[in-house]
This record gives sequence, C-alpha cells and structure tokens, in this order.
Amino acid sequence: MNAELKVAHKASDYKSDIAPIWCPGCGDYHVLLSLTRALAELGLPPEQIAVISGIGCSSRIPAYTNCYGFHGVHGRALPLATGLKVVRPDQTVIVTSGDGDGYSIGGNHFLHACRRNLDLTLIVMDNHIYGMTKGQPSPTTEPDFDTALTPGGSGLRPFNPLVIALASGANFVARAFSGNVSETASIIVDAIRHPGFSFVEVLSPCVTFRPDQKAWKNQVHPAPVAATDDPARAARHLMSDDGFNVGVLYRGDRQPYRPSFGGTTCDLAELEKEFEI
Amino acid sequence: MAQASSVSVAFLGSGGAGVITTGGLLLEAACSAGWYGLLTRSVGPQIRGGEAAAMLRLAAHPLDCHADHFDLLIAVDWLNAQRFALEISLGPHTLVISDPRGGEVPDFVAAAGARVIEIPMKEMTKATPEWRANMIALGAAARLLGMREGVMQELITRRFGAKGTTVVQANLGAAQAGAKAVANLELPVRLPVPQAGPTKRWRITGNEAIGLGAVRGGVRFAAAYPITPASEILEWLAPNLPRVGGVLVQAEDELASINMIIGGSYGGAPALTATSGPGLSLMIEGIGLAAAAEVPIVVVDVMRGGPSTGIPTKSEQADLNIAVYGLHGDAPHIVVAPQSVSDCLFTAQWATYLAEALQVPALVLSDQFLGQAQAAIERPADAAFVGQRLTASEFAVPYQRYALGGTDVSPMAIPGTRGGQYTADGLTHTERGTPTSAATEHRAQLDKRDNKLKRFDYGDHWATLQGRGKVAVLTWGSLTGAAQEAISIARADGLEVRLIAPRLLSPARPEQMAAALAGVQRLLVIEQTHSAQFYRYLRAHYQLPSNTRVLHGAGPLPIRPGDIHRELLAEKAA
Repeated sequence: MNAELKVAHKASDYKSDIAPIWCPGCGDYHVLLSLTRALAELGLPPEQIAVISGIGCSSRIPAYTNCYGFHGVHGRALPLATGLKVVRPDQTVIVTSGDGDGYSIGGNHFLHACRRNLDLTLIVMDNHIYGMTKGQPSPTTEPDFDTALTPGGSGLRPFNPLVIALASGANFVARAFSGNVSETASIIVDAIRHPGFSFVEVLSPCVTFRPDQKAWKNQVHPAPVAATDDPARAARHLMSDDGFNVGVLYRGDRQPYRPSFGGTTCDLAELEKEFEI
Repeated sequence: MAQASSVSVAFLGSGGAGVITTGGLLLEAACSAGWYGLLTRSVGPQIRGGEAAAMLRLAAHPLDCHADHFDLLIAVDWLNAQRFALEISLGPHTLVISDPRGGEVPDFVAAAGARVIEIPMKEMTKATPEWRANMIALGAAARLLGMREGVMQELITRRFGAKGTTVVQANLGAAQAGAKAVANLELPVRLPVPQAGPTKRWRITGNEAIGLGAVRGGVRFAAAYPITPASEILEWLAPNLPRVGGVLVQAEDELASINMIIGGSYGGAPALTATSGPGLSLMIEGIGLAAAAEVPIVVVDVMRGGPSTGIPTKSEQADLNIAVYGLHGDAPHIVVAPQSVSDCLFTAQWATYLAEALQVPALVLSDQFLGQAQAAIERPADAAFVGQRLTASEFAVPYQRYALGGTDVSPMAIPGTRGGQYTADGLTHTERGTPTSAATEHRAQLDKRDNKLKRFDYGDHWATLQGRGKVAVLTWGSLTGAAQEAISIARADGLEVRLIAPRLLSPARPEQMAAALAGVQRLLVIEQTHSAQFYRYLRAHYQLPSNTRVLHGAGPLPIRPGDIHRELLAEKAA
C-alpha cells in the first residue's frame, strides 16, 4: 500500500483560489465540496481533469476548481464536453449543469449525450428553479409554483430527468442530495469510475427562490432498493418513488462510444489520389 | 465550323432519368481526352422525381464559370423543363436534341430560335430494353463534341465493369446508337484538340476541395450536422479524417456541432464544421463564444438561397452580412471566401492556418455553385500554410491565459499540461480568465481580440488583384471567375479592366484596398445578392471612387460573363 499517495490528495488540492459567489446557504457549495472530495479520492492529477459547464448558478463550478475548465454558453456544456472527450479520451471530463441549463435549453443534448454514451460524467444540480435569472420555472418545477413569469404557476407537469436518462441510454443513473456531502462524493466517485455516460442528479436547494427546499434535508432517504442493471426496473422504481430516493439507481454495461481515429496515419498525398484523373 | 474557346452542353430530364449521371460521365470522358471542364447540376428539392439538369462546359483551358449560352441541349424528356428557362440560356446557334415522345418542346426553346432535331430515344429503349435513354444521350453528346469512340469505350468499361459484361455491353450499345443517331449532325462550334499536360489533373468538387484543404491546414476534428449543400464536405471528411489520425462525429444539431468543435479545439485538435445559412444562424452564438474564449475553429458556410429555408439546392451570396456582422457584441473574427473550385482548397487551408495562428473563429464563405460544381483542374499548388497554435508549457503562477501585450495572441495551455489549468470563459474575463464586469478589463480584452487580428500580416492572399485599368471590377467569391472572363473579353475589345477580388472579407484591409483602387476612376461592383450586401459592406470599410456602380441580383440565376461584359462596355462608352 502506498501511504504517500493516500496523503497526497486533499479536496483543497482541487479548489481554486477564487471565492464562490453563490448565495449563503446555497446547495451548490456542498456540491463543489463533494466534487473536490471525490476528485481527491480518485487521486487524479488536476491537469488530467476538465470541468465543463454552461450558464447558471451551477455552471460557475469550473472556475472554483483547480482543473481545466470551460464555462461555455447556456445549455451547451454537453456538446463542449463531447468534443473535448472525443479528441482527448485521456482526460477525465465532468459536466456541471442545472435543471434549466441541462433539461430545458440543453434538453436535446441531454438526450443525445445519454444515447452517445461517451465516458463522461454529468452532474446536474436540480433546484426546480432558474436561480440566476431570479426565479422562473424550470422543467422540474411544480405546476402550481407561483413566479413573476408564470403567475399562479406554469400549469405544466415537471418531467423526470432520471427516467428520461434511462430511456435515452445513460449507463449510470444516480440521485444525490447536496447536504449529504460524503454520500454525494462517493456517488460522484462511482459515476466517474463507471464507463460510459454517467448521470448524477443532485438535489441542491435554492435557499433564495425556493426557501421551501430547506426541508429537503428531512425528506431525502436512501433508495429502498439496490442499484439494478435493468433499465426497465430502474425506471419503474423512479416513476413511482417520491422523488427523494437517493443513491445509485442504475448501473448499465453498455460499451462506451469510442469514435474511430483509424489505425495508421497515411501521408497527406495519399488523400489526393482519388481526385487524379 | 468555328473553333470555339469552350463548348457548353446541357442534359435535361425528369428526376431519375439519369441526366446528372450522364453529365458526370461526359465530364469524365472529356477529362480523359485531355480537356478541362466544369459541371454543375440544377435540381428541384425532391430526392426523386421533379426536374434535373446537368450543365457542362468544356475547354482546352481551366474554367471557373459557365458561358452565357449553351451550344448543345439534349432533353431526355421535357417534363417541368420550363423551370429551367432562365438557367439554361439558349441562342439561335444552339442545337437541341429532343425526344418526340418526351413531351412538348417548351416555349423557351422556340423563343431562342434554336435548331431542334428529334431523336427517338424512348423508342430506341423500347426496341432494346437494356438500353437507357441517358446513355444514348451520352453517346450523342460525345460524338457531337468530336470525342474519339475509344474514349467512350474506355469510360464505360471502367465505370460499369464491376457490374459485369452485360451491363457494359448494354451501355456501350446505347452510347454507340446515340452516336450513330447524330452521325450526320454537327455542332456549329468545335473545341480545339486537347493537349495532355505534364502534371496529373484533378476532377474535384468545391466541397471536396474544402475538405482536403482543411486537412492540409491541420484540421483533425470535425463535428457534423447534415445540410444541403454542405453535407459533401462532412461526408468527405468522415472517411478521410481517420486516415490522418483525426475523427468526425455526427452531432444532434448545429448548436451541438459548433460547441463540439469548440470543445475539441480547446482540447488541442484543430477543428471544423460545415453548414449552410440556417445552420450558420444556429451556430452564431457558439462562434461568439469561440471569439470571446479565443478558441480557434473553422466554420464553412456553403451559401444557398435565403432567407429561412430559401432555396437549399441553389446558389446565392447573401450570407455576407451574417458572416461579417452577425455576432452579438464586438467579436472580431476572420471571414474568407474562395474564388473558384480550385481555390476552395487554398482558402480552407488558409482559414485553418489563420484560425490557429490567431486563436479565433474563421468563417469560410463558399456557395452552392462552388461547393457542388465538379471541375477538371490542374492540381492546385501546394501552400505552406499549416496551422501552428501558440501553446504554453511553462507557466507563471497564476497562469495568465489571456495575457495582454506583444502580438496579443497569448499562449494557450492545452488540457493535460501541468500548471496550465485555467477556465476558458464566455464571460468577460481578466487576463487570468476570471470573470469580471469591470470596464477597464472589458476594454482591455476587447482591444486584445481586435488588435491580434488587425496587426497580423495576411500577405498577398487577402485579394486577387489583376490588371491596371482605370476601370475596375470589384467582386468576391464564386463570381470572380465570371468577372475574369468578362475582363478578358473586354481586353480583346481594347478595354483594360482591373480586377479586385478580396479573399479576406474580415477584418477589412483599408490600406491594401486603397492601394488596389489607386488610379481607378470608374468602379463596377458585382455580387449575387438582392440587397447589394457586398456594396454596402465596401461602403462601410473602404473609400470607393465617386463613380461606382453595382451589378447585383439575387440567386439562383448566376451572373454570367456576358452580363458583366455588357456593363463594362457601358463603362467604356461613358
């Protein structure tokens, strides 16, 4: 056993010197802590990790880590990460997103990233609200939740991202709660280690626009069933649970997508032969 | 019979009649015989059915545009042919071959006063069911062009050999029957006997040339979302990138494809995507991100008729405004435009080089005409431009990814490089990359991105400059070929005309343009847009002579050399 390696990595090794600007009490502080703890446990050198995001409160995370990062445009973190992972399979690529960024404006990429099954990890901080734009309903907001944009509520049924991920082909599906830092860190470790596309939905309260979510810490409970490798079973559980089951819910065994770079590199002159008359 | 500098042939038929194939085969045969050629197609939006035309021009020298009129038109049938009335321009000298059972000869043929000869192609295929009418048309055209019979024989054997002797014999028989049917006819013009050159010639489309040029420039990653008329670039890259250690992935939409190439390039691989107007509109936000985060990317826009879905299968130059001005905020970037099929290769290669050298998005404005035209050309000369990105391997603490000073191109750390960790950001950022909303830092980074482009030495490739006359033609992109041809006709008339065709559209080159325009008294601007976008662009960036006129028109009808020549004669008279 290598004792040196064990002490070499602390969560703080993966934090940058930039102070987060989230609201006091925001669940995302805990997600940042869980992520850096997970990275420390994995013991990866920070330069071998890239944290990619779009726009929103959750998407600020890359700059708060000491890894390579990309803070892109709203909804497009998954395509950014896909391009990076395709050309750099050696990098550990983690995407941080929110319920607006990941499920609404980025919804199509969510479907296709699950389907593509690249070896990526997606962490969505779900607070059922657009926080950064001050409280509009997202695809996971309750239909009667009153907002300035939707007085009296949107009237729209929230969707279930975990079931959608299963139906779309994600290879690892888990739900976590930001307040349970150790458990969330351990789920993130699992997700990163699992080959293919791993999806971790973290219930991360927005204390400013959803003070009711402070109660989540009392509502979450471990999933009553162990993780399955049967997506239909996992989906059935998810369709009927109360939305507060936490833990790893599904581990698939699909082969990750690895686009072919070709075996050998031919001379550029070879390419033009097809045009010769 | 007059010796002509070029001969133009059109094949017409309803979709599925095989006339596009016929055009391709005739170009191939003409190439083996030693001629140069240009083949374009005009089709309706249908995949099957509808109308189709193959338009072919052959000469003993390379060609970059179509002629004003066709010398030979062979209609396998006349279904929907009236739609081509403007695109297939005929004259009294045109020989038209028509099938008596192919439907009524349309009005535009009679109106041109063309000579119409009937050949019962359908009847012949009835008598010999293994024959195809388009192969009869091919044989007739080859004979009328004065092609040796052996050329056609070799071609058919080569192209159909894999399908077995029966198919080869059937197609040979049909072609020979076509030749026999026109044995007593002659075209009023005849091409000079071709000369085989010392170097190998190429047969290539503009879209293929873009792909090859990009790979030569260093592109190793592409993300693809299909769109007409750009898909062939992506379909050429898909099998060829892996041959040079690269890769292409299909994206779920253009929002994904643009962001995928930004991610790939951030990871260190020179990256490209190709699209057309509607896709470019979706990509614009991503292009702005690449500008702000200083990530090199190449985006090829093969322009088609717009706005909206417009005319997907036909050409226009009306994406100039969105390419130059379409990004929100002040987002300096490169816009370049190829001027011929052959130049598609150079321009794509140069664009890749510029994107990498300047860590900036480079847009390549090709169009449907260039992209889908197939040309027999000399092998394009090798260019030395290969993308070289300024990367960082040793770092001050903390690493300043967006450091100011020098050329304002700051060394970029590639993920995996120890000590270079930074967060690329679309938010206004400090030199280190940390988000900021401070006025001084915002201005400093805007200056940086502006300066790195303005101070760069683009060399002579910024424009094609020819001639020294006091009259000048100022044009761009695929119209350059027609302008060159009009200028050479004018020269024969004794009018010396200067050509100025910028390949680099953004950033503008005010000093170079002033030098190019020095001594010009009368200027003719030529462009294929409805609203004279290029003229307005020129007015915004350059001092034009007070005597400037514009010849502009929407696609899909191309501006032909004759149209430009007429304008030049008016300049001469003025």
